[in-house]
Amino acid sequence: MGFGESTFKDVVCTVCGCCCDHLEVTVKENTIVKVKNACAMSTSKLLNYMNERLMKPMIRRRGRLSGCSYSDAIDAAAKILSKSRSPLLYGWSLTSCEAVEVGVELAEEVGGFIDNTTSTCHGPTILGVHEIGESSSTLGEVRHRADLIIYWGCNPVHAHPLHMSRYTLLSKGRFRKSRSERTLIVVDVRRTDTAKMADIFIQVEPNKDYELISALRAAVRGDEIEQDEDGGVPTDLIEEVAEKLISCEFGALFFGLGLTMSPGKSENVDAALSLVRDLNSKTKFVITPMRGHFNVNGANNVMTWTTGYPYAIDFTRGFPYYNPGETSAVDLLARGECDSALIVASDPVSNFPYRATCNLTSMPLITIDPHITPTVLCSDVAIPSALVGIETSGTVYRMDGVPLVTRKLVEPPRNMKSDTEILKDILRRYRNLKRSGR
Amino acid sequence: MSGEIAILNGTVFDPANRIFGERMDIFVKDGKIVSSVSSKAQRIDASGRVVMPGGVDIHSHIAGSKVNSGRLLRPEDHRKDVEAKTSTTHSGVGYSIPSTYTTGYRYAKMGYTTVFEPATPPLKTRHTHEELDSTPIIDKGCFPLFGNNWFVMEYLRDGKVEDCATYVAWMLKALKGYAIKIVDPGGVEVWGWGKFLRHLDEKVTYFDVTPREIVRGLCKVNRLLNLPHPIHVHTNNLGNPGNYTTTIETMDSVRDMAGGGKPIIHITHVQFTGFSGSSWLNLGSGAPEIAEYVNRHGHVSVDLGQIIFGDTTTMTADGPFQYFLHMLTDNKWVNMDVEAETGSGIVPFQYKRSNYVNAIQWGIGLELALLIEDPWRVFMTTDHPNGGPFTSYPRVIAWLMSRKARERTLSKINRTARRRLTLPSIEREYTLEEIATITRAAPARSLGLKDKGHLGLGADADIAIYDINPSNMDVLTGKPSKLRRAFGQAYYTIKNGEVVVRDGKILKTPFGRTFYVESQTKPEMESNLLRSIEAKFRDYYTVGLENYQINESYLRNPAKIICEAEI
Repeated sequence: MGFGESTFKDVVCTVCGCCCDHLEVTVKENTIVKVKNACAMSTSKLLNYMNERLMKPMIRRRGRLSGCSYSDAIDAAAKILSKSRSPLLYGWSLTSCEAVEVGVELAEEVGGFIDNTTSTCHGPTILGVHEIGESSSTLGEVRHRADLIIYWGCNPVHAHPLHMSRYTLLSKGRFRKSRSERTLIVVDVRRTDTAKMADIFIQVEPNKDYELISALRAAVRGDEIEQDEDGGVPTDLIEEVAEKLISCEFGALFFGLGLTMSPGKSENVDAALSLVRDLNSKTKFVITPMRGHFNVNGANNVMTWTTGYPYAIDFTRGFPYYNPGETSAVDLLARGECDSALIVASDPVSNFPYRATCNLTSMPLITIDPHITPTVLCSDVAIPSALVGIETSGTVYRMDGVPLVTRKLVEPPRNMKSDTEILKDILRRYRNLKRSGR
Repeated sequence: MSGEIAILNGTVFDPANRIFGERMDIFVKDGKIVSSVSSKAQRIDASGRVVMPGGVDIHSHIAGSKVNSGRLLRPEDHRKDVEAKTSTTHSGVGYSIPSTYTTGYRYAKMGYTTVFEPATPPLKTRHTHEELDSTPIIDKGCFPLFGNNWFVMEYLRDGKVEDCATYVAWMLKALKGYAIKIVDPGGVEVWGWGKFLRHLDEKVTYFDVTPREIVRGLCKVNRLLNLPHPIHVHTNNLGNPGNYTTTIETMDSVRDMAGGGKPIIHITHVQFTGFSGSSWLNLGSGAPEIAEYVNRHGHVSVDLGQIIFGDTTTMTADGPFQYFLHMLTDNKWVNMDVEAETGSGIVPFQYKRSNYVNAIQWGIGLELALLIEDPWRVFMTTDHPNGGPFTSYPRVIAWLMSRKARERTLSKINRTARRRLTLPSIEREYTLEEIATITRAAPARSLGLKDKGHLGLGADADIAIYDINPSNMDVLTGKPSKLRRAFGQAYYTIKNGEVVVRDGKILKTPFGRTFYVESQTKPEMESNLLRSIEAKFRDYYTVGLENYQINESYLRNPAKIICEAEI
């Protein structure tokens, strides 16, 4: 180790829902110089996190964003919130649980809405769970026991690059030592790089997942399928796969947005959850959604323990109310039901439907983000924050609910605070404003 | 915490100090019970009212991953029971799985000041602490699960009890846990393959160890470590007809280790493992047999797991049982197996008066409470939320104190069940001092919390005052609804020397402490242990050893209890 150089071991990655915790990061003179054990996405984030950083607080004056002091930005943010009747607080999946907890308190205090990015990714999964429940396990159980793995509507080779090597197909567990002891089935609308690794690839017709799962459920139950094919898949293959599902010792189904965001949405998930539930009367089977952001699960968890609901929470009545589709961010924005917004660690301007974005950018908008994003550029107040897992620590939840604490590896740029501190400052200022009747 | 309080002229029930309904004053200063206070002290007139130590709940699922999964599973549960924000309290939801703030407030409103979360999967214990930290007012702690832990099963298979003890001591310290919890020993590991384990002497697949060996081994470990609370056991076979024999066998499996004049095994929610009969048709109450065993053997304590008729959410680390319940009811079902450690399951459930089995279950819980003679070894719980939400405690108290209350409910339950239960013939009615024992003094003693559950000098100033006039007890037992109201809404709750509740309203919301145990083994034992598990850790877990441990600074108000290990 050279002068001023130190290596952190067992570093928790803050990219995807895998939350890999075996990274080795070398820091020299407050700069990350080397990253080991990480995937390409993670390495790139850790080495390039300083690119396109928002470096100072900004306020929009006469139509233009210009630099201001931190306290002016906090004051402006608190004033926007205190003047609005139903603000929307959105984002939360790329920050720590500690920040989310303050976020919920702020949402309750201002009597607004709070929603996290779940409503645009695995929201339908949660709606499915409300109906069916979920037979699941931590990822280590899959590593130790699974002899059959299914990826449905997801492409981990690109989106969760270490999922297979750390937790599933290529991992070494207590009862399954190698690739040859596991079977991989991939279901997708196209032959992805994940599909190329499969023992059985099932190319489902686009938007026909529900039909295919239903046919599989019928086959698993032993019902006769009269059609020659379902969802573009021959019945013979469906029956062959059903037989494989039944005869495995421990099966694990992972699914992604291919299932949650294609027509049918929560019904697709409902069917998948039901399939896995049914399979448990014949063998052992678990199902896990491939959560995207590193702490989207944490955001769900914090909101659930503080309010009872995982996302799309409405505090305008003085108590938590929940009805996704009514109280979720895109719907609120599209209908123009909120009159200001606070965005934390998210970029809805780049992602939301046109009408929602139009409304979002035409109301007073506050953004807390480490980077310069389109949402930041459309904001009236923009406050830079330290990156969780690089410049500040914080708790995150892996896709299977295992909580991990991310570490501070380097000092943040001067005067840059964490999301938690910034939110606490806004909350304090807001309460002062209310108390003084302004 | 500062400030002085004088509680004047109350009728005090403090069984631990042999005070049974004496009219006396209690003084509080700096969070402790003291012998006198200055004239500036806040005066509370408690004349014609009952003063007791704050309630202590030894077994209530209030925090952690399965509780939160239960919340997520059941928006319909919350919708019918909401709490609006006030100037002192956060908003939240109930009913059977309240949000964290609401949990703290509702316990305090009932005069409860200490609650233990009895099942935390070690790998997810950080989550449990996050929720405990978010639960206001009450003191708390959690019991990590050890009964299906791979390291434990391997140590015990190899006869390495001392290594196992060193491991458990390190785990409790690393996780900030309080006691050894055992759930369906070996059975949850077997459930990892979707299979069931039925007998105490059946081998756990791939591990060559039996539930009996696990229970005995961990009981020895508990003694080697001098832990404040005995092993806390949810037996095998829970929920199966005839399982009362498993319960007695489990109690008896450690009889030869008894000693020290206090229980060495705690069987939890014993109602759920108190079924006699061989099928659902001839299911009966095993309570008389269990009570007889407990009455004859001082090495055992139990808590009730009383059921309440109505809707609730069942959740245990007993994955196979929850699956069985799902198959039985066809209700929605969550399962969560945790690598190398444990599992869990959740199923919404409705206990119905008209249902034969549910009516028998209701009877078993009350029979146990009434047939076990020593109130110091039977604690009141509903295994919240499994038997019913903790907010039903006043109802259970009314059934125990008032034969009339029992008869009213008996007249409405399934007729066949009524005929087969012993309950209608039991005349015993709990006295206020017995209620004070089973809801505060006894659980505090069982947990080894020396400053809780009593009002002696130096005790924590956790106090409940109830609007009950003890000179009118006959009137009260004749009007159970009054009893229920009084125990449901404390006149005053004082937590750590601060008035937090008055007339059932929350005045202040300080955060309590989280207790955990550090049993100090010889330093070289721990360093040898860490060396030996380090290599295996990455094989067993998908997280590293460093990331598994929880620093004390992670907890809001940690309170460490140190004990000296014999190794």
